[in-house]
Amino acid sequence: MSAAIRVQGLVKEYRQVRALDGIDLEIRQGEFFGLLGPNGAGKTTLISILAGLTRATHGTAEVMGFDVVRDYRASRLALGVVPQELVYDPFFTARETLRLQSGYFGIHRNDDWIDYILHHLGLTEHADKNMRALSGGMKRRVLVAQALVHKPPVIVLDEPTAGVDVDLRQTLWTFIQSLNREGHTVVLTTHYLEEAETLCERIAMLKQGRLVALDSTRNLLSRRHEQQARLKLNRVPPVEIGLKPGPDETWLYGFETFSQLESMLASIRMAGLEIREMQLIEPDLEDVFTEIIRAS
Amino acid sequence: MLPISGFPTLLYKELLRFWKVSFQTVLAPVVTAMLYLLIFSHVLEEHVEAYPGVSYTAFLVPGLIMMSMLQNAFANSSSSLIQSKITGNIIFVLVAPLSYLEFFAAYMLASVIRGVVVGIGVGLVTVWFADLPLVHPVWLVFFTALSTGILAALGIIAGMWAEKFDQLAAFQNFLIMPLTFLSGVFYSIHSLPAFWQAASHWNPVFYMIDGFRWGFFGLSDIPPATSLLVVTVCFVAISGFTLLLLKRGYKLRH
Ligand SMILES: Nc1ncnc2c1ncn2[C@@H]1O[C@H](COP(=O)(O)OP(=O)(O)O)[C@@H](O)[C@H]1O
Ligand SMILES: [Mg+2]
Repeated sequence: MSAAIRVQGLVKEYRQVRALDGIDLEIRQGEFFGLLGPNGAGKTTLISILAGLTRATHGTAEVMGFDVVRDYRASRLALGVVPQELVYDPFFTARETLRLQSGYFGIHRNDDWIDYILHHLGLTEHADKNMRALSGGMKRRVLVAQALVHKPPVIVLDEPTAGVDVDLRQTLWTFIQSLNREGHTVVLTTHYLEEAETLCERIAMLKQGRLVALDSTRNLLSRRHEQQARLKLNRVPPVEIGLKPGPDETWLYGFETFSQLESMLASIRMAGLEIREMQLIEPDLEDVFTEIIRAS
Repeated sequence: MLPISGFPTLLYKELLRFWKVSFQTVLAPVVTAMLYLLIFSHVLEEHVEAYPGVSYTAFLVPGLIMMSMLQNAFANSSSSLIQSKITGNIIFVLVAPLSYLEFFAAYMLASVIRGVVVGIGVGLVTVWFADLPLVHPVWLVFFTALSTGILAALGIIAGMWAEKFDQLAAFQNFLIMPLTFLSGVFYSIHSLPAFWQAASHWNPVFYMIDGFRWGFFGLSDIPPATSLLVVTVCFVAISGFTLLLLKRGYKLRH
């Protein structure tokens, strides 16, 4: 079985910038995959090359085994991209937009499927409004719908929830997850790391056009061994104990083994302090992300 | 499911785009042509006889029809492309499995159709002012198709090249307008000084208009076969160049 996406030695140079600096990446069919990285890391550039919007300087990219340049028809039929920018054609209504998009893909009687996606994205009552009259969130939904008109096996969403209300995020993820369960491969870039953490099975991190991490979400999370204890005390603890001030008059303690935690608690008791509250904080993707990006 | 081509949809979209605003894209140029006819024929009717036995107004009508067709064929592809580029919705077409040939054909054909629709409009309102014979209708079809095709292709080039509306306006004002105005729409080049007569022979639009006029009157400044040859060569060359740019994704696929 071919990979959903395979990228080899991908380099993209703009005049002064090396937006992609040799990327090798393989995403399996059926995966829910996260592509993370700070602004300017090259995420959008990578997606644009897959979609044929941009041409690579070196290297190759394939979607479902089809080269994006040589077999562009097959690769584009296999790919649905939700672009990062909120673009639309002000000449048309939402439904016209979807019918046209469907037609560009050579599918001329597609109203059942179009109605289905309109319904699942909560667009049915807005379907016959002009695109100009729709709110930003609604326009974003239409962009998602447009990417799905040809039932692509691979769906790529470039920051689909940036600046979008909670309601849409909920609707969107429910629908995208159901598509993923039906076998569609989903690739997601997002700034909301908790979103990636809950949705994605595997995650790649990009920085300055290079791949700096590629692992399952679980492995990435366990990569960071340090846990944190957050305490509320009756007064300021002596410096030797090693507590750092946290938010809301709390004190933070980082540890890797529980015996470290025990000795810290013993020191607190010896100093005659009283613990009023204590919480253990699991590391999240945010910490891992910050650590990897800083280290690389 | 074997997908059919996306070409008919792209063509349909391009037609819909101008038809939805036909007030500006069809009616306005018809009114403009009408005004030209009223003013110029009023001023010059008594003074100019371009061809023996042909009134100045009758002489003017084919030129106005052709000029309107050319300007609108150019305006259609160029403004559609630059609008899509600036608003960003060009990506909807670029992510689709359309070849550069299909892309070219859709934009060209839609622009040719807009040109022809405007031409028919101009013809319908101006025909009341002059007796127009129709000596070689088939030649009219050839000259119309090839000439609007050339301007449609130029519009595609301009739309790809321009990044802002004022760059497109410059292309239009400094290339398209002079070429169409200085082409014998309003006069026969035999009435020009020798230098401008010679200069006109370097303007392809001159051959388009002269050939088109021959279709009506059977009279022309240049043998019609020569005009047809010039126009055909221009069409092939400019289309070829446009296709080359599209194939490379010039300013479309970065
Ligand atoms: N069309 C372009 N011309 C020049 N530089 C570009 C262009 N597109 C992107 N870049 C540069 O490439 C780098 C990667 O950008 P991008 O892929 O948009 O990053 P991300 O999506 O991860 O934020 C950035 O430095 C950006 O400025
Ligand atoms: Mg981006």
